Amino acid sequence: MTESRPLHSVVLVKQVPDTHNVTGDVMTKDGTMNRNALPAIFNPEDLNALEMALQIKERTGGTVTVITMGPPKAAAILRESLFRGADKVVLLTDRKFAGADTLATSYALTCAIRKIGDYDLVLAGRQAIDGDTAQVGPQTAEKLGIPQITYAEQIVELTSTHVTVQRALDSGSEIVRCKMPVLMTVVGSANTPRPANVRRQMERKLAATPLEYAAIRKDWPEFETDEALDAYLAARDLRIPVWSAEAIGATEGSIGLAGSPTQVHKVNFVVLESAESKTITPDQEGIAAMVAELVREYIVG
Amino acid sequence: MSENFFTDNPDIAFRLAQLNIEEALKLKEKGYVDGGSVPGAPRNYADAKDNYRIVLEVMGEVCGERVAPRAAEADEEGAHFEDGVVTYSAPTLDAIEAFRQAGLFGAMLPREYGGLNLPESIYSMLVEIVSRAESGLMTVYGLQEIADMIEEYADEETKARVLPKFSRGEVSGAMVLTEADAGSDLGAVATRATLDEATGKWHLNGVKRFITNGLADVSVVLARSEEGSTDARGLSMFLVEKDDTVKIRRIEHKMGIKSSPTCEIQYNNTPAVLIGKRRFGLMRYAMNLMNGARLAVAAQALGIAEAAYREADQYSRERIQFGKPIRVLPAVGRLLLSMRVDVEATRALLAETSTWVDLWKAYEREVSADEVSPETRARHKHCVALAETLTPMVKYCSTEMGNRVCYQSMQVHGGVGYMREFNIERLFRDVRITNIYEGTSQLQVVAAIGKLLNRSLDPLLAEWSAASYPEDMAPEKAMLIELTDVYGRSVDALKAQSDRAKVDYYACDLVDQAVWLVCGWLLLRDTNVSESKKSVARAYVASIAPRLRAQAEVVTAANSVPLEAFPILVG
Repeated sequence: MTESRPLHSVVLVKQVPDTHNVTGDVMTKDGTMNRNALPAIFNPEDLNALEMALQIKERTGGTVTVITMGPPKAAAILRESLFRGADKVVLLTDRKFAGADTLATSYALTCAIRKIGDYDLVLAGRQAIDGDTAQVGPQTAEKLGIPQITYAEQIVELTSTHVTVQRALDSGSEIVRCKMPVLMTVVGSANTPRPANVRRQMERKLAATPLEYAAIRKDWPEFETDEALDAYLAARDLRIPVWSAEAIGATEGSIGLAGSPTQVHKVNFVVLESAESKTITPDQEGIAAMVAELVREYIVG
Repeated sequence: MSENFFTDNPDIAFRLAQLNIEEALKLKEKGYVDGGSVPGAPRNYADAKDNYRIVLEVMGEVCGERVAPRAAEADEEGAHFEDGVVTYSAPTLDAIEAFRQAGLFGAMLPREYGGLNLPESIYSMLVEIVSRAESGLMTVYGLQEIADMIEEYADEETKARVLPKFSRGEVSGAMVLTEADAGSDLGAVATRATLDEATGKWHLNGVKRFITNGLADVSVVLARSEEGSTDARGLSMFLVEKDDTVKIRRIEHKMGIKSSPTCEIQYNNTPAVLIGKRRFGLMRYAMNLMNGARLAVAAQALGIAEAAYREADQYSRERIQFGKPIRVLPAVGRLLLSMRVDVEATRALLAETSTWVDLWKAYEREVSADEVSPETRARHKHCVALAETLTPMVKYCSTEMGNRVCYQSMQVHGGVGYMREFNIERLFRDVRITNIYEGTSQLQVVAAIGKLLNRSLDPLLAEWSAASYPEDMAPEKAMLIELTDVYGRSVDALKAQSDRAKVDYYACDLVDQAVWLVCGWLLLRDTNVSESKKSVARAYVASIAPRLRAQAEVVTAANSVPLEAFPILVG
């Protein structure tokens, strides 16, 4: 790889319900999802984005900072990021953020990234498995006023000023070169996310936001007061910072429900039912007819 | 939900919860002095156990998500050998990379060498999980154990050079003991070690065979250091860091664990470092290695059995015959029940054994101090005796059980189980080595019988007989007390036997009884804390009681017929 300098990455991640494993009682009659019935997980492609950032760091040096916007329990994926190798993490949480659509979310994330200030790369998963919009990454790039590379699959080259990236497209791939800073959205085929590192996890398992102190002290009674726990975490750099709307200087009307013009017009509850079965005769004609039908129906070919 | 071989297995979680290693850990962690200051060091017992849960969860995820899905591929591809170079299969390389990323190497090494400082009891669970995912991979992960022997006996300089590499997963290990003419009889090892008096350096010459993971970067090698000697007392242990003088001549084409390269190695004036004292190679250091390896192989067989049981369980739900899933047929249900109970009984025995090994290791350090109290000495002696008794027992019990469970699982599958497409075909081949290597079952019986005849289990049996259990388990308790008595009389009978040939011949019948009895008591003990273990304990005790009595009859009668028939029929 070409000479580079230490690069600083910001990774945007999201805690999502595990929609890939929807079970019977998750969908309600009116077609909405009972979020509490599904385990909350690290959005899969955000793990690919984190992995890409960590690999870049291993190559060039620098730092990886991970940001998520969500409820206090979203700190769980920030800890997972720390266990995998992130240097710093930030939780954006505030009641005022609630009800945000992609526009309001990308605005809040933009404010947070600006607050971090020093960055060369912003990485995010291509899309989240709950909303599946794939909009937050591109919108954030627009608001930051930096170029974007979507569907990033592989870093081809890194220099001190430019990044060359292979994009995964439906019809093949494309290699693009871009000046930094740049925002990239990363696809699942980019890499295999590394597992949590047990040494890092043992050392950082208590990493927490102050919002979680009560729960931690229930598990670890040796910390008799919040202050004692706070001092222990602070001494080990394990305090996860919490940024509110005010802390990132966000304008009230642009965040949360107020800043979200998107309205859901209608939700269709689609029930997939198995159609009638078809018997194909095990001979040349039967197979030819089946292939022809599959091609006609655009299932293959 | 992602696949996780730890969180999907409530019985391992139960064993972790029940694991009582407070006494060993207090010594091992030196009263938790490093907690909170040395990274990763626990603050207290609860913190340590929580760390163990973390390690098991991460291993469970890596194995479930990344290793197991490629197990068939690892078996199919196998290790390669070309132009003197051995390479792992692609899935094995990926698994090693995942373990490295996850920081799972250096499991039992102390933190000063970058290790995780895990006790043997947790390590056994890790090995079980790895083996359930890909049994051949266990040899790569498991042979990091040689690092623990190096840590215990090598000089400081060697330790500082070699051990951190193990912790980072940069090197793997091999135990180089066997030769063509020195298998079970390691005293016959002929590889020569010569000391250059001028430089004080050792060099090795000779050929070793059947060396598991022989491509390793760091090996411990048993060699003849005393010229003219012919027995075990002329052997010493050496450390070899692979260089051009080490030639791999071939790898074996095996029935199972194909991803694990089994090598023939030639040493050509290879530089080596003496480990510990001369002449103690076999008696102290190889035995030390072997004891650890026996526990690991017991865990390996258990992992394979767990996988085999799950395959049978799954298949018997999906396979419809006579209009219903085959698992509802009593003949199939019987197989499944036997497998399930056997696996849980063995897991209990492995956990108990590992606990005593942990105590033994912890007290081993205590008794090497200057001032040792008589209580400490006595406790040490007690732990040594139990560890040395239970280790060959669990190696024997688990590997025979693993073979039985794989056999039963294939029976549940019927014809398809004989086919490559089904995992049980691979598991059946893989498990077969476990009751052969690191000492055959027959050798485990030899190792255990002396201890059993010395009544080394008596303290445990007495403690368990005196303990209290749930009221509704009274029949099982009464049964186990009776069986303990039956076993005791078998010990007496064999002890009183003056014909040495008969003692050797009927030893396995006594070891069987001991295994069943100990497992029975352990499962009964579990019922104090677990409602669901009551069915396990009942089923187990019911199945072993008549067999134990029959075996006792065999031992007590010590019939001469087989010994007389031998020269006539076999010769």
